This record gives sequence, C-alpha cells and structure tokens, in this order.
Amino acid sequence: MNKYSDLFLTFARIGGLTFGGGYAMLPMLQREVVEKRGWATEEELMNYYAIGQCTPGIIAVNTATFVGQKVAGILGGIVATFGVAFPSLVIICIITAFIQNFADLPIVQNAFAGIRVCVCVLIFNAVLKLWKKSVVDKATAVICVLILVGSVFTELSPILFVIVAGVLGVILKSRGGKTA
Amino acid sequence: MILYLQLFFEFFKAGLFAIGGGMATLPFLYDMSDKMGWFTYEDLANMVAISESTPGPIGINMATYVGFLLRGIPGAIVATVGLITPSIIVILIIAGFLKAFKDNPLVDAAFYGLRPASTGLIAAAGLSVLALVLVNPSVPEGAGILQLINVKSILLIAVLYYFTAVCKKTKGLHPVCFIAASAVIGIIFRFAGV
Repeated sequence: MNKYSDLFLTFARIGGLTFGGGYAMLPMLQREVVEKRGWATEEELMNYYAIGQCTPGIIAVNTATFVGQKVAGILGGIVATFGVAFPSLVIICIITAFIQNFADLPIVQNAFAGIRVCVCVLIFNAVLKLWKKSVVDKATAVICVLILVGSVFTELSPILFVIVAGVLGVILKSRGGKTA
Repeated sequence: MILYLQLFFEFFKAGLFAIGGGMATLPFLYDMSDKMGWFTYEDLANMVAISESTPGPIGINMATYVGFLLRGIPGAIVATVGLITPSIIVILIIAGFLKAFKDNPLVDAAFYGLRPASTGLIAAAGLSVLALVLVNPSVPEGAGILQLINVKSILLIAVLYYFTAVCKKTKGLHPVCFIAASAVIGIIFRFAGV
C-alpha cells in the first residue's frame, strides 16, 4: 500500500510543479525518481524518456507509467500515471470554472485576443524546433510539407496522416538503407 | 451518457495517435473541433495559453479543459482518462521487452516518417490559430480587403517573435511571461475590438 501512495504522491508532485510538460519535466524526474527515491538509474530514465517520445501519448505520462511499472508492477504503472495527471485535473477545472464566469467581460475578451496572438508565436517556435529535429533529409522534408498541405486543405483525419507517414518511413528506410 | 463515451473515445484516439508529446495533441483537437463541434478554434487557442501557463503536461491540461467545458468535473475526468489510457496500455506492453523495442530497426524506420509528420500536423494547427488572429474582429460594412486584416496582431506577432526567438536575453524566459504580457497588451489596445 505504502509503495502505491508513494508513487502517487511523488508523481503528483512532479505533475504539479513542472510548467509546460515534456522536456521541462526531465530535471524534476531526475531529482525525484533517480536521486531521492532511487526508483530508476539515470540511464534507465533516459531510456524511458527516449521511448516515451517515440510511443503514442504524452511523454510525461509514458515515463510515469514506465517508472511505476518498474517499482510496483502494472498497478504501480497505473497509480503513477494517475498521480502525474491529478494536479492538472484539479488546477484546470478550477481555472476553467473561473474563466467561464467572466468570459463575457470585455477586459477578459481583449486579454484572450492578445493571448491568442502569443499562442500563434509559441506554436510557430515549437514547430521550428521540431523541424530541426525531425526533418533530417529531403524525404522527411517532403513528408512534413505534404502533410502540412494535406492537413490544411483536406478534411482528412490526422490519424490517417500518422499511419501513412509511419508506413512511408518503413518503406523509405528499407529501400534506401542508410540514406541521408 | 453517449457524450461521455464519445469524449472518452475521441481522447483515446488522440492519446493513441499523438506522437511526440506536448503540442502533438493539438492537431487532434482541431479535428475534434471540426467534426464534433464541441468547442471553437478560439476556445482551443485560449486552451493552449492556459495549458502553457499552468503546471502539468499540456496534453492533459487540454483534455481536462475540453472535458470540463462540455460536462464539468466528470467530463474532465473522462476526457483525461481517455487520453492516458492508450499510453498506459502501450507502455505496459513495451516495458516487457524494453531493449528489443529500443533497438528494433522497424520502430526506428517508422519514426523516421512519423516525426516529420507530427511537425507538419502541428504546423497546420498553428496556421488555424494564425488565420484566427489575422482577421479583424470588428469589420465595418463595405470594408476593403485591407481592413479585414488585423494590423495590431501582425505588429504584436513581430514583437513577440523578436522576444521569444531572436533576443538572447529574453528567449529563455518561460512562456507564461509572454502570455501575461500579451494579455496586458490585448487589454490596453482592445484586441477583441470591444
């Protein structure tokens, strides 16, 4: 029992204290999971993180499931995952309830109109970073641009694009061997 | 009841196919907005700002926000659980043969294609937000094309880009700083036109 509450509370702390998720969470994970608890080694954590990035879902959630599973089996994985999600659930519910009550005020509308401009720039910066990491040669550039265009001009589901891109990756790699 | 099942299923799909974390959930939310009509593009852009300004993984914050908008706290829980369920299942399976998965050339090849795809999808979602902020909110009747474009937004985009990506002193700052500054600018210069 103790093991599970430990997992839940540790991951709740990690979820509640990291802003932005993803990479921002790594230093926090290192401190809590590796240094304080000794639940995983530095190398194991990096492996979980790398695999968390190339499996479906949210990196932080995937890493929590990995660590929890290692410490206390399947139930441990589930408990750690709910732990990391729990603070978000509480905080966002409170904020959303609050905002909904004030959404009609001009000051709130103006603030959010300004914020949306900022969101645009933040997404653009994120895309630039991702581009540098994911577009490594001509083939990947073509995949990226084609999917961008396809997604803007068609109503097709992103799921379809993801599947096609995965298959394309396998075909291109098996044909060209080590191209790049 | 049906709505809860739909919420769970839609977020389950997003959790299963959004790869790369963070903003990767965004294209799926745009698709949801188009197909289910649960929220507008404005809601989505607001949601990104709130997620960036609060602790926790962005995908979870977004799921909670959408669920809460639709059905309050139970909706928030259902959407969030829907999003994380595929992760839990996939990771628990992979954990059994971790090394084999990591060194598998097939996985590596698939991700060679998946990573740029994810970038393209997020870029497309970003363009939707861009279209939203570039159109003038209060267009007088019989206005020309030039008046349709929101000049204030363009100026703010240029300024924000400078501080978030070019200027070395400020680009390391947390996004919440820029979001807060943009809110103040939005209020002072009446960005919503009200």
